[in-house]
Amino acid sequence: MSSHIVSAFDQDLGQLRNLIAQMGGLAEDQFAKAIEALSRSDRTLAERVIAADEKIDHLEKEVEENAIKLIAKRQPMATDLRAIMVAIRISSDLERIGDLAKNIAKRTLAVNEPLPRSVNAGLNRMAEMALEQLTDVLDAYASLDTAKAEEVWKNDSRIDALYNSVFRELLTYMMEDARTIGMCTHLLFGAKNIERIGDHTTNIAENIHYLVTGGILDDRPKEDNTSLTPVEARTAK
Amino acid sequence: MDAAVIDVQQQYKTVMTPAEPMIMKHGKPKIVTEDVTVHYGDKQAIFPLNIRIPDRAVSAFIGPSGCGKSTFLRCMNRMNDTIPICRVGGRITIDGQDIYNPDLDVVQLRARVGMVFQKPNPFPKSIFENIAYGPRIHGLARNKTELEEIVVGSLKRAGLFEEVKDRLDAPGTGLSGGQQQRLCIARAIAVNPDVILMDEPCSALDPIATARIEELIDELRQNYCIVIVTHSMQQAARVSQLTAFFHLGTLVEVGDTEAIFTNPQERRTQDYIMGRFG
Repeated sequence: MSSHIVSAFDQDLGQLRNLIAQMGGLAEDQFAKAIEALSRSDRTLAERVIAADEKIDHLEKEVEENAIKLIAKRQPMATDLRAIMVAIRISSDLERIGDLAKNIAKRTLAVNEPLPRSVNAGLNRMAEMALEQLTDVLDAYASLDTAKAEEVWKNDSRIDALYNSVFRELLTYMMEDARTIGMCTHLLFGAKNIERIGDHTTNIAENIHYLVTGGILDDRPKEDNTSLTPVEARTAK
Repeated sequence: MDAAVIDVQQQYKTVMTPAEPMIMKHGKPKIVTEDVTVHYGDKQAIFPLNIRIPDRAVSAFIGPSGCGKSTFLRCMNRMNDTIPICRVGGRITIDGQDIYNPDLDVVQLRARVGMVFQKPNPFPKSIFENIAYGPRIHGLARNKTELEEIVVGSLKRAGLFEEVKDRLDAPGTGLSGGQQQRLCIARAIAVNPDVILMDEPCSALDPIATARIEELIDELRQNYCIVIVTHSMQQAARVSQLTAFFHLGTLVEVGDTEAIFTNPQERRTQDYIMGRFG
């Protein structure tokens, strides 16, 4: 695409893209560290993640302010207008991802004991997938690659499927031994947070598609059926 | 978003955005042009142009200076007849009637298709006479009372009456720019047009006067077919339902205003409206 006749407009848009890139990098970092902290029961690392979340919050505010100024100053049209709308939406998704990472770190502090091996493995696999999705979608945004974005959009169902099995596993633990209920409840939330991070990356993917084509990705395949998982009836004692 | 392409001649194709613009599908076409061309002597200013302009709606012509939008506008009330070296080819119909038919009364045509210009041009007469002149010439009033009704009615519809009702004898040229322009609009309305053509009507006005004219255009479109040439993209986006983008004498893209400004299909349209010119 050719540049704007008024070059300051290009600079403004470039600045907006940089802020998103910064937010994206921070979100990736926070997520990776939060999972590491949970996995290794590393309280110090968890506390660092919790403290660092406000950087992402500040960046989101900066994105919003810049976007509003751009709209008022430049009366953007067509792709420019979509680019600014999308920047606002993506910054909101990235800020939520940051919050979810912070929440995972908080669970580390609450659990305060080593995780059962297979649950740890399950959570790590989920987190690996979600982190790869996040990296891929941020790449897709930087290069405006709709094919890559659509792949991320479709792949989220694998994270959902893993979440189903982690969910069931945690239920089993709790049913077998009531003393694990405290820890397992926190891990349930942690797993749900990872699954939600996956959902947010699909939002970002949809926004990239909208930015480039002006069209909407519809009917994403969703495989999370935990809300429909039946619970065994209580038997009389 | 999909788009259909009307192939007129290989290089003069017009893109419709979206493929079936709502306004062209549901609006009744008031003005239809077929392969219209305009030459100034040997120089071709408009290449084969096909467009359907809807009734009771505002259609905006946008494009860089010299792209032919004003030239094309003037075809629709045969103002180009007054330019000796100007030749118009093709067919233009209003309500199915060919307006270049040699049997057509051009004076009647220019009452039916009114025009408002960039620089307000009230007659050097009183406010009352400015409006009364047209109806008197066309014999639209049987007596003084009817004439007064026409004048007051036109001033009211143009949103000017309240401001000038106590000084209808004052000279039209004594009004402010914005008021003069509304006077010119009232003058055009007074002879019962179907169509009002506006050539950059707000270029010479301040933002508040501009906003009042835009509000007036919004009201008028319920009863008239309005075609407006404008340099302001934002104005075209605000007031019109159909937008046509002209470039170097060709109609490049035409369609629903919202679609043109949010997701144009043609690279040239996109570059122009985004302020990017390769």
